[in-house]
Amino acid sequence: MPATKQSGSETRSDAIRFVLDGEVQTLRGVDPNTTVLNYLRETLRRTGTKEGCAEGDCGACTVVLGELDGDRVRFRAINSCIQFVPTLDGKELYTVESLRAPDGALHPVQRAMVECHGSQCGFCTPGFVMSLFALYKSEPVPTRSRINDVLAGNLCRCTGYRPIIDAAEKMYHSDSESEGGWTHRPYEASSEASSGESESVERLRGIQRHGTLAITGPDLQGGQRVYYAPKSLSDLAELVNQHPEARILAGGTDIGLWVTKHHMDLDAIIYLGDVEELQVLEANETHIEVGAAVTVTAAHHLIAEYYPDMGEMYRRFASPPIRNAATIGGNVANGSPIGDSMPGLIALGSSLILRKGADTRELPLDEFYLAYQQTALEPGEFVERVRIPVEPTDRIFKMYKISKRFDQDISAVCGAFGFRLNDGKMKDVRICYGGMAAIPKRAAECEKTLEDSSWSEVTVARGMEALDRDYEPIDDMRASAGYRSLVTRNLLRKLFLETSGRAGRTRVLRQDPETG
Amino acid sequence: MTETTSDPTTHGVLRGGSVGTPVPHESAHLHVSGEARYTDDIPEPVGTLHAAIGMSERAHARIKSIDLGPVWNTPGVVDVMTVDDLPGANDIGGPVGDDPIFADGLVQYVGQSIFAVAATSVELARRAARKAVIEYEELEPILDIDTALEKKSFVIPTEKMSRGDAPKAIDAAAHRLQGRFRFGGQDQFYLEGHIAFALPKEDGDMLVYSSSQHPGEVQFVVAHALGKTAKDVVVECRRMGGGFGGKETQPALFASIAALLASRTGRAVKIRPDRDTDMVMTGKRHGYRVDYDVGFDEQGQINGVEFEFASNCGMSADLSGPVNDRTMFHADNAYYLDNVSIISHRCKTHTVSNTAFRGFGGPQGMMAIEWVMDEIARYLKVDPLDVRTTNFYGIGERDVTPYHMKVEDNVLMDIVPELEKTSRYRKRRREIAGYNESSEWLKRGIALTPVKFGISFTATHYNQAGALLHIYSDGTLQLNHGGTEMGQGLFTKVAQVVAEELQIDISRIRCTPSDTARVPNASATAASSGSDLNGMAAQAAARTIKGRLTEFAAQHYEVPADEVVFANDAVRAGDQQVPFAELTHLAYMARVSLSSTGFYKTPKIHYDRATFSGRPFYYFAYGAAVSEVEIDVLTGEYRVLRVDILHDVGKSLNPAIDLGQIEGGFIQGMGWLTTEELWWNAKGELQTHAPSTYKIPVVSDMPEVFNVNLLRSGRNNEPTIHRSKAVGEPPLMLAISVLHALKDAVAGIGGHQLSPHLGAPATPEAVLMAIGDLNQRLESEKEPAGVA
Repeated sequence: MPATKQSGSETRSDAIRFVLDGEVQTLRGVDPNTTVLNYLRETLRRTGTKEGCAEGDCGACTVVLGELDGDRVRFRAINSCIQFVPTLDGKELYTVESLRAPDGALHPVQRAMVECHGSQCGFCTPGFVMSLFALYKSEPVPTRSRINDVLAGNLCRCTGYRPIIDAAEKMYHSDSESEGGWTHRPYEASSEASSGESESVERLRGIQRHGTLAITGPDLQGGQRVYYAPKSLSDLAELVNQHPEARILAGGTDIGLWVTKHHMDLDAIIYLGDVEELQVLEANETHIEVGAAVTVTAAHHLIAEYYPDMGEMYRRFASPPIRNAATIGGNVANGSPIGDSMPGLIALGSSLILRKGADTRELPLDEFYLAYQQTALEPGEFVERVRIPVEPTDRIFKMYKISKRFDQDISAVCGAFGFRLNDGKMKDVRICYGGMAAIPKRAAECEKTLEDSSWSEVTVARGMEALDRDYEPIDDMRASAGYRSLVTRNLLRKLFLETSGRAGRTRVLRQDPETG
Repeated sequence: MTETTSDPTTHGVLRGGSVGTPVPHESAHLHVSGEARYTDDIPEPVGTLHAAIGMSERAHARIKSIDLGPVWNTPGVVDVMTVDDLPGANDIGGPVGDDPIFADGLVQYVGQSIFAVAATSVELARRAARKAVIEYEELEPILDIDTALEKKSFVIPTEKMSRGDAPKAIDAAAHRLQGRFRFGGQDQFYLEGHIAFALPKEDGDMLVYSSSQHPGEVQFVVAHALGKTAKDVVVECRRMGGGFGGKETQPALFASIAALLASRTGRAVKIRPDRDTDMVMTGKRHGYRVDYDVGFDEQGQINGVEFEFASNCGMSADLSGPVNDRTMFHADNAYYLDNVSIISHRCKTHTVSNTAFRGFGGPQGMMAIEWVMDEIARYLKVDPLDVRTTNFYGIGERDVTPYHMKVEDNVLMDIVPELEKTSRYRKRRREIAGYNESSEWLKRGIALTPVKFGISFTATHYNQAGALLHIYSDGTLQLNHGGTEMGQGLFTKVAQVVAEELQIDISRIRCTPSDTARVPNASATAASSGSDLNGMAAQAAARTIKGRLTEFAAQHYEVPADEVVFANDAVRAGDQQVPFAELTHLAYMARVSLSSTGFYKTPKIHYDRATFSGRPFYYFAYGAAVSEVEIDVLTGEYRVLRVDILHDVGKSLNPAIDLGQIEGGFIQGMGWLTTEELWWNAKGELQTHAPSTYKIPVVSDMPEVFNVNLLRSGRNNEPTIHRSKAVGEPPLMLAISVLHALKDAVAGIGGHQLSPHLGAPATPEAVLMAIGDLNQRLESEKEPAGVA
């Protein structure tokens, strides 16, 4: 879309518009805290989409969004349980009810699930179908490991998954008699959109706006709530200044839970997902720039090109529907001590570009976190970009995410390490662990111990002792303090093994270049 | 004569469908299109209210006062009730009467129901339920098994089963080992949480839609709570989004509260606890502590063994009696124990009352004996499989269980050697030993474990079932029985049985919701018994009507009855053939009854609980699994690399559904023993109450190589429905092989000599701690040859 310089307030839109089953829906007077799932189930009575957890961890609520991407539509699965209705503005929404062909025939994804016995109790099934539908529309026939990644956000308690994997393979080889209807077309690599997709593109173009979406809707006590979705950075900055009490919303994968789990009232929301300047994602000689509205999915591959271990971490970060909504900027700004972005970004020496009105400042990420869930953001200030250094080729970077379950699990410990070897001596050592303190915290003692030391077993032993001084972890449901400390030390050994050219295999997960 | 005008084959999915064919699940086309209706999807009448429960914030306390003012003042609130407002019994139906609907002055776990609120929306009800101001007088809570044992805190008395003289045999044995180990519980984590929807009818009657494995029990509990009788309440359940035992007794609480509020307000009331509330409020698999003392000979054959089980039952008895009994019944698993003593303590703690979960105590019993087998093997430094094989039940000898039942159908001698061969177990064990010698930081392990699981409810009277079959004059059928559909494919299998009996296309049959008005006094769909019981009952109903149709056809076509043959969706009478629908129409015109009930009770079973002897099980289901894993010595992380399963389902009613039960059960069992960790804090608050913190297996946890086969020669010795075998629970226990493979991998650090102390769940943390412990023991033993 060409950038426009119109003032957001002059061209404000007061209705949410999105496409459902080929029809433009225009909504006014919706509580902006309404989740897409509740809207579907309670207002539209489209009950095919299920609630399994209301926190984006089970996938029963998975729906697919279609978004304009040049002349094509880009499909992505998201968790409808924690996505607010106003964020649908300008998009197409597909639910499990959208898939049957006009003649009533099951979609190839659905038919493959039936033929492979992919459903037992059936409650998770609509979510699986929608994750598979997004895959079907976005990628050619996938490998088994790719299927694992695509379905990492969908829990099934009945099948043990084998028949669902079979269905993911079979859906591309449909021998249906009824191929009528656009929904049946799988992903095509060609740059040309099919006629059905072109219709979607036209419909989506018709509901794009240039100014701010500004809506009001009722809260639960007879009052009003406001929601703004500006299109430009200047409008965003102005709104944040005008409404310092407003909650800034990006992917909503944490904030959604404040509503569904903690029953909080978000009376003023400013959504930055539509701000074009915040979609910047580029790498130059010195930096990778990631705008605050860039999703993890979008940033994943670029970051992985430079830092494979960071890519591997993002492959396992939450799940595809979460990564399709969540932003790296949001992960960073949220400042959780167990957020997986921060250890790596800090070990890489990343910084944040913060904006307040027309003013910006750059702050090293490790100076951003002051205390538990307290950041250096000033009132009216927000994260505009994450700036990741492109490091010289002689610099070594490794990271490890340790959790109970490999996929879609919050880390017990996440360790990241960056350094250079100069004549066998360690230089510019930066080490950061998540899950070990109230903030993502650098291992200052360990860094000091390692700096200028030769990279040897002796140094590893000294570094491990130093790590004990760096952190005082806690016991919780994810791990005991004892395990956290032990793993924290052992990761330093693993780093040594992997960077000193001695060990054979050191990881049980296969390093898969295709997904890394 | 024309073919029926209405085409019953409208699904477009189900064709044929005789017994033994892999018919898709009868609801598959509805599951994949979002059209399958679960309780929360039923359209709500105007004015429907939504309920939420006010829960205890203390593990053990007296309630000093409750201020419900702030609850009432929440917008949208229509009604609030406590124990003082109950018109009937304050009891959700446990055998001891220790499970109240609402706490009556005393709370005994965090999450216990204290009051309920009905409001105009789900969100308003949930907000209101958090607003009560409750003052507590704190009492000392008991939060773990050890403390409960120390304080002799039990929900029901300790039981003992024994045969021979275990202490004497152990003393006399060449070798003796003693030890203790623990394993945790497990949340059922059905994807559809608990839900009940109550609609008041005329004259005080109540219709309740309940996501329940036991609508019949819900009917009684609701009736008693309302101060009414069974005739006044109808409970219906078309399907559950998973049950796994978690919806056997637990739905009664929610159904009662919905019905009570509906009765008070005269409006429809739905209650749907969110995932966190569901996990905090409802019972799970029992965690255990096990002590053992075993004596054995040079070959590893057990001379005598003593087990002392102590399970965490939580705050009330619920099903803990039969669950713990089943542990005792499965402490032998596949092994002949000549001299044996089994003690079972049922500990009371101030945590949620534990309940049924697939396997129902059986997995815990098997864990004990499999643990002992592994310990013996490591001690004797032989392959654990050899110790297991040495101790297997014999055929015609060494074949009587500790509860004096003869094992008559042992097929482990067919299963285990075949699996050993097809999985290349011996070769892989050697390869693994080689791998572990050269790989310092990653170690592999392998284990083969068997399963022998007793089929029947140990409560003998539960082993009965009813069915109700209607044939309409257009040749279509409605099939109903007392079983419930939770995803296991019961409705499909029973429909196949009826289709087979009448030789008709399965698409003629509509499976109707489980409904207390259609089949009375139905047992819970549990104990893997669903198709055994309901399949036979439905077959009986079909045979009754088939008999009438046969008699009618014989008369009508003037042929002997034995010349009336049902085949290919039609009926042949002598040399005439009519479509099935035509015969039913003619029969209707001739005033033949086309509706029948059917009934079945399991034969042969009897059991004296006082002496723990008899034949509690009609037969046994068998299987075995080989699992191979790889662990990371520095982090404790691991992968399950390969699993081979050979399982006996008798003559399969539906091989696709049976395969699904085996694979799904295995993965669920693997979750129990690996990543699924229930974690309470020091205040007795469950901290793992949602999928963000409670980690069930995901798709990538499925083994990279997963070879699952049905025993081809499988056939039930007993005349069960088409000689099939129950399949719901037994495969879960195949996953015990994963835990033992992990133990084997940890043992790989010391050249597979010492036995690791690795209980369950074997999280990466537990694995790393077991590695640390093993390394210490290796150092103290100073056996240089064993150190990698």
